[in-house]
Amino acid sequence: MTKTEYQVVGTRPVRHDGADKVTGRALYGADFQMAGLLHGAILRSPHAHARIVRIDTAKALAYPGVKAVVTAADFPPAPDKLVDFGEGATPLAYVRGNVLASGKVLYRGHAVAGVAATSAHIAEEAAQLIEVEYEPLPCVLTAPEAMQPDAPILHDGLRTAELGEKAQGRSNISEHFRHILGDSKKGFAETDVVIEREFSTATVHQGYIEPHNATALWNNDGRVHIWCSTQGSFVVRDATACVLDIAQSRIRVTPMEIGGGFGGKIPVYLEPVAALLSRKTGRPVKILMTRKDVFEGTGPTPGSYIRVKIGATSDGKLVAAEAYLAYEAGAYPGAMVGPGGMCVFAAYDIPNVTIDGFDVVVNKPSTAAYRAPGATNAAFATETVIDELAEQLGIDPVEIRLRNAAKEGTRRADGPKFKRIGCVEVLEAVRGSEHYQSPLEGPNRGRGVAVGFWFNVGLPSSCTINVNADGTVNLVEGSTDIGGTRTSVAMQAAEVLGIPVEDVHPSVVDTDSVGFTAVTGGSRVTFSTGMAACEAAGDVIRQMKERAAKLWETVPDKVEAGRGSFRCNGHSATFKELAAKVGETGGPVVGRATVNPRGVGGSFSAAIADVEVDPETGKTTVLRFTSIQDAGKAIHPSYVEGQMQGGSVQGIGWGLNEEYYMSRDGMMMNSSLLDYRMPTSLDLPMIETIIVEVPNPGHPFGVRGVGEANIVPPPAALANAIYRAAGVRMRRLPMSPPAVMEAIWSK
Amino acid sequence: MAVVFIPTLLRPLSGGVDRVEASGQSVRDVIENLESLYPGMRDRLMDGGRLRPNVSVAVDGEVCPMGALEPVGPASEIHFVTAISGG
Amino acid sequence: MQSKVHVRTAINGEPAEFLCEPRQSLLECLRDLCNLTGTKEGCNDGNCGACTVEMDGRIVTSCLVLGVEAEGAQIGTVEGLARGTELHPLQKAFLENAALQCGICTPGFLVAAKALLEQEPEPSEARIRLWLANNLCRCTGYDKIIRAVQQAAREMKEARP
Repeated sequence: MTKTEYQVVGTRPVRHDGADKVTGRALYGADFQMAGLLHGAILRSPHAHARIVRIDTAKALAYPGVKAVVTAADFPPAPDKLVDFGEGATPLAYVRGNVLASGKVLYRGHAVAGVAATSAHIAEEAAQLIEVEYEPLPCVLTAPEAMQPDAPILHDGLRTAELGEKAQGRSNISEHFRHILGDSKKGFAETDVVIEREFSTATVHQGYIEPHNATALWNNDGRVHIWCSTQGSFVVRDATACVLDIAQSRIRVTPMEIGGGFGGKIPVYLEPVAALLSRKTGRPVKILMTRKDVFEGTGPTPGSYIRVKIGATSDGKLVAAEAYLAYEAGAYPGAMVGPGGMCVFAAYDIPNVTIDGFDVVVNKPSTAAYRAPGATNAAFATETVIDELAEQLGIDPVEIRLRNAAKEGTRRADGPKFKRIGCVEVLEAVRGSEHYQSPLEGPNRGRGVAVGFWFNVGLPSSCTINVNADGTVNLVEGSTDIGGTRTSVAMQAAEVLGIPVEDVHPSVVDTDSVGFTAVTGGSRVTFSTGMAACEAAGDVIRQMKERAAKLWETVPDKVEAGRGSFRCNGHSATFKELAAKVGETGGPVVGRATVNPRGVGGSFSAAIADVEVDPETGKTTVLRFTSIQDAGKAIHPSYVEGQMQGGSVQGIGWGLNEEYYMSRDGMMMNSSLLDYRMPTSLDLPMIETIIVEVPNPGHPFGVRGVGEANIVPPPAALANAIYRAAGVRMRRLPMSPPAVMEAIWSK
Repeated sequence: MAVVFIPTLLRPLSGGVDRVEASGQSVRDVIENLESLYPGMRDRLMDGGRLRPNVSVAVDGEVCPMGALEPVGPASEIHFVTAISGG
Repeated sequence: MQSKVHVRTAINGEPAEFLCEPRQSLLECLRDLCNLTGTKEGCNDGNCGACTVEMDGRIVTSCLVLGVEAEGAQIGTVEGLARGTELHPLQKAFLENAALQCGICTPGFLVAAKALLEQEPEPSEARIRLWLANNLCRCTGYDKIIRAVQQAAREMKEARP
């Protein structure tokens, strides 16, 4: 690909929603107000596993100010079926069961009932007056325990599925998959060094600062309007429709600004409850979660148990590998272990591979996606084993990765061959970086590297562009903007139209006002919605050529367009000049596009971490950190850097500190932001970034999504750094001070 | 003819064969022809003319939005893969 | 029902009054009674900093202050940063440095950083990191926030006579 000169792509304009967000004017879900608004609260289970014997709502209903109470009994009867809102097919009963428990509670924090009252305080007080009689059951909290034959069973009807076939007996294993490439047993026989290790990783939360929220109005015409902070307004529409068994078209979802999500704001929790409460009261109902609700009642990312075995020849060629991945789905199936299996060895060209994955239900909150879901757990295992192999073979850790790096044409263990990818280029950037080249001196200090991968997804996006007479355009899209995508999408439209990005006014609109658009997730918005914007802009250009042809009495094919101007036979007009004449040449110009693109480009990311480990306390301090990632083409480099920095720091938190600290009976002991200690500004250095650009041939500008892969390598890079600093190999996350001390003592 | 990679968990149905040539204009055609080679395969991959939930198909390395209706070229590689999305 | 308390205060330099329940936090009063929803709730227990406001020259997490405590106080919120249509140098620096992604923590960071720069016009990076350690951001990894505060400090210094 030749070096292309762009006018807009690659620049760093101020975001279109910037002024609203620094003045406090931007309206997030909790900021929504409406006349007659009632406030809701949710009653949650105090038990990790219990049968619900009886629910008595009488006292709550009699409490002054209370307008309605709902439980699972208020769901209309609906035949069970499989539903899919873009995160995999799930029985409707599970989706409903997680919104309001029916029959059993499956985790502490499981929603049992909802209350609507004239104030949030009254609703909270009334919720405590709902009497629920529980019959506590034994709970099971980790995948290895839940897989034991005598483990307490969460779902009587659950049978282990193996690609379309269900096993006979009851089990907590909802799915088993296997990938085999070549013959790993034979492969191991040809190796000189084999390393096999066991790992475990704790449940961690996405940790967005804005708690979940939803307001619903069940209107007198039978339509339901929902205002909420979500990664996918159409997911909320479709999921709420399924849960309430009403037609999708009866629900309109207006996405408010969203205060972080990272995968955790895809499922519905509050929306159907608010809708039911609104139907009972005839008034709009707003429900906000508390922080404790967020930790205990929404989906964190799975804890996991992993075994990885890798064999190499003495010259550092990886010949065989095996992985065993058991991920905790939480209360309902769907642990994202599939992507874990696809990513566990994705960075390497290994001819003989066997991967087994297990999706296991446990008595913890039902997990949700978290930035490259499943991949970080897996990379922690693989990347620390590769580091050990490099050490045993006396090969530089970057060099061993480069010798075995996956490239275009490498066959993955799950089958397909890689298209153009940037694994080699990312590793070369690591090796060539000032950070990697510079010495790290001092006692108790060490440097570690690791690499990670995320596939990214395409999925549908829709976009319309309306041309204004002053030469600006209004861009309408359905992708909720979680970190600046209004601008990264508008920039692509501006580039195609040949106008300044300030002349594109992007709006994220409700589900009645734009074509179906899938979630803001899978690193897809700049890629897919960007592509929709490019195509809609192309549609505008095509129509503008027709208008120019009318003015100049020629045919549209003879009009040339480029860089914001139109030319033909000595005539020329700028986009702006032509826009002023759309009225007289046939009326408004509206460009539109809907895409479901192929050509998704996966992204590789690497991390270099320098740490110092205090041998007295086991505390790890990050001295220097560099994130390296293939962006394909960075549309807005500052936002690409921001994704890399944010993902890196979430990875640092996951690696060093964060965990659901559970009591034996399944209570999260640290469900506040004080005790669930996410990284603060004081814990970190500046996060350096190196953007690598290996263009994705599947996108007009070469975009690869950059939202996720950056979280994958940090925990492993930190583990490798801690080894060099303190001489201990950490195989459990988090590598918190007590865990590091324990490892040092047992050295 | 397209080359179909038999998913690991379905290889008991193919007697351990991991890839096979099968003709067809679409993924659905190919699966029908696969069924005649290895009875039982269709029901593990499809349910009422559509791919089963949680089964995605990749033709020439691209996960296909149209699933069973996806056109297949004469030299295509077909894989059945885990459906993924992301955060 | 508890009777309400009449509170007279000043918000962003303007006299303000509200009727609140004794149990309501200043955060609730600002958001629900004064319609100043720029101040955000992230945890309601003083640990995230999203609700940071200025109160009589000190920064406080407004979720840990009762509304009735605002009686006679001077309260400063994010809505008071800009002068008319002119953004505060910190607001400009946050935009130019891409120091926000989702933006939910931004009001708290802006209010906290403004108080810092008023007390210490030339803080070191370490000082900024310490000062802002009660404000959690989950999107940015803090790098661009620190740089934005540094840039604003430089610009405010240059603008002084």
